[in-house]
Amino acid sequence: MSEHEYTPKSKVGKWFNDRLPLLTLANHLTDYPTPKNLNYWWTFGGILTFCLITQIVTGLVLAMHYIAHADMAFQSVEHIMRDVNYGWLIRYIHANGASMFFLAVYIHIFRSLFYGSYKSPREVIWIIGIIIYLLMMAAAFLGYVLPWGQMSFWGATVITNLFSAIPLVGEGIVTWLWGGYSVDNPTLTRFFTLHYLIPFLILGLVVLHIWALHVPGNNNPIGIDIKKPSKDTVPFHPYIVIKDGFALLMFMIVFAFFVFYTPNILGHADNYIEANPLVTPAHIVPEWYLLPFYAILRSVPDKLLGVIAMLSAILILAALPWLDTSKIRSAVFRPLYKQFYWILVADVLILGYVGAMPAEGLYLLIARIATAYYFLHFLVVLPVLGFKERTTPVPLSITEPILGGSPNLATVKKKDSFKDQ
Amino acid sequence: MKNFFRISFLIAIFFGFQFNSNAAEKVEYLKTDWSFKGPFGKFDRAALQRGYQVYQEVCSSCHSMKYLSYRNLVEEGGPEFSVEQAKAIAASFEVKDGPNADGEMFMRPGRLSDKFVMPYENEKAAQAANGGAYPPDMTVLVKARGGGVDYIYSLLQGYEDPPAGVTLDDGVYYNKYMYGNKIKMSNQLSDGLVEYSDGTNASVEQMAKDVTTFLMWTAEPHLETRHKMGFKAIVYLIILTVLVYFSMKRIWSRIETKV
Repeated sequence: MSEHEYTPKSKVGKWFNDRLPLLTLANHLTDYPTPKNLNYWWTFGGILTFCLITQIVTGLVLAMHYIAHADMAFQSVEHIMRDVNYGWLIRYIHANGASMFFLAVYIHIFRSLFYGSYKSPREVIWIIGIIIYLLMMAAAFLGYVLPWGQMSFWGATVITNLFSAIPLVGEGIVTWLWGGYSVDNPTLTRFFTLHYLIPFLILGLVVLHIWALHVPGNNNPIGIDIKKPSKDTVPFHPYIVIKDGFALLMFMIVFAFFVFYTPNILGHADNYIEANPLVTPAHIVPEWYLLPFYAILRSVPDKLLGVIAMLSAILILAALPWLDTSKIRSAVFRPLYKQFYWILVADVLILGYVGAMPAEGLYLLIARIATAYYFLHFLVVLPVLGFKERTTPVPLSITEPILGGSPNLATVKKKDSFKDQ
Repeated sequence: MKNFFRISFLIAIFFGFQFNSNAAEKVEYLKTDWSFKGPFGKFDRAALQRGYQVYQEVCSSCHSMKYLSYRNLVEEGGPEFSVEQAKAIAASFEVKDGPNADGEMFMRPGRLSDKFVMPYENEKAAQAANGGAYPPDMTVLVKARGGGVDYIYSLLQGYEDPPAGVTLDDGVYYNKYMYGNKIKMSNQLSDGLVEYSDGTNASVEQMAKDVTTFLMWTAEPHLETRHKMGFKAIVYLIILTVLVYFSMKRIWSRIETKV
């Protein structure tokens, strides 16, 4: 871990630290050398930690009042909203917190894509991140079922039915998931159990994610390897702590706006209707953060292939460190990749948009083109680009000018110097 | 700071997408000024009391209000009836209680702690009495409809004769704001239907507005607290953000000179 040996000053501290080096760990975390040119896109790691803790704490309180029973779940949520002291606040934080969590995670992922943070030697951090993202989607889906509204019920029906696409054993698996022959009370109780479990799995993985990060250290906007500690780095505390704190507060203002002034805008009105197995809603739509994948699922006419396409869309990310053949990390020095990056961002936003629309006519056509392009980006564009692209010169360090000088240096410095933060 | 504008811009675009997608296939609803809209919005106390009267005299014969208790009528941020008024309201309903010492169920006058008495024994009875359509529970109705208060307000005034070519079955009515335009509830409001105790003229528009305000409160009983707390929370966060911003500048200035 940290490069210099740390010895506590007090005798008691030394005695304890020899037996359990917690103080060494704390020292490592505060002294952790961080590139000093990190921009605000790097603050979302801390924001995500905040989101996870918020979800766990509010979730614990909600679980004390919630009743996981098909006949009582909806009513118990209304009980929380009305009669539990500040129950409405806790529930709105939890419900909007899920959206905020995904907003932050998407920014975090796209930051990684732009600056090539997934490349060697950070592949393991990246893959752990993908697992966390998958678990987040599972937790969000399971949590959405718990209020037992119409969208909860029918969303659960649609998503669990995807497993029936598996040949031979599909139907059996669906029955096993449901604990019966339809989504019903056994489904609700097991979903509640799993929804309670997953955040703690995520918490464990976050520890691994950060541990894996602290081995090579942070990537940075110019994507070069830096010496640590050196003139290019600052200690995590207080420099990064205060900066992350400032960004977190900005994020909390947005969060508070949703919670206090438009708490239901990101949810679907139908979820305030109690689940009714006899009435199907006109449009069954997932929450906004799952819409791009929903669009991919529906763009394939065959059910099994649709499910495979949807899963591949996520799993392909895990192969990204090997699909991207370029040795240069940061898009700052990759003029062509930068263009394709923004096309991908637009592509995903388009997928999200058509995911919310009925799967017919022009929307379906757009969804198909966007789906095809999504895979094209990862399977063709990225591997080829690594060989074909002419990258611009990369500086040797954050502070020192490039050896031999470069006409591009001025622009690089302007873009990423500390003052611009 | 430039990056912040970029982030905010992306967020704005993204949620803009969402709002647009929800806005599809919407009819223009009737508009009115809601006192509870906006960051400082509050309920109009008199409108809530009148709205309760409309609910009680018109809607409650078919629509239940199962998550509301009579005690809620007294609570701060609601219609704020006096305790005596609310007790009298509760006592005007017969509530089934029991079993007593003899093992019998019995009827007694309602108390503040009772939930609103349901118009029908169960959903099947409600359907049987309403031509197969179940009058939805009204407690969270406003939140359960895409258009919210504007939708309910418009629907109550949206009854029209069906356009040529549209045939309606018995017990089905034409409403221009209803999804599919066919509704099993007949037009309920007519001018002067209720007699407001505060002397307000009971026009259809007035009653629709009052009862919709009441329904907004039943759906969001803590709306006023939420708005007040939100203002304090956001002001607090902004001040703290500014302070942290200057601390950050100060701390980073230590190394900036070395760069």
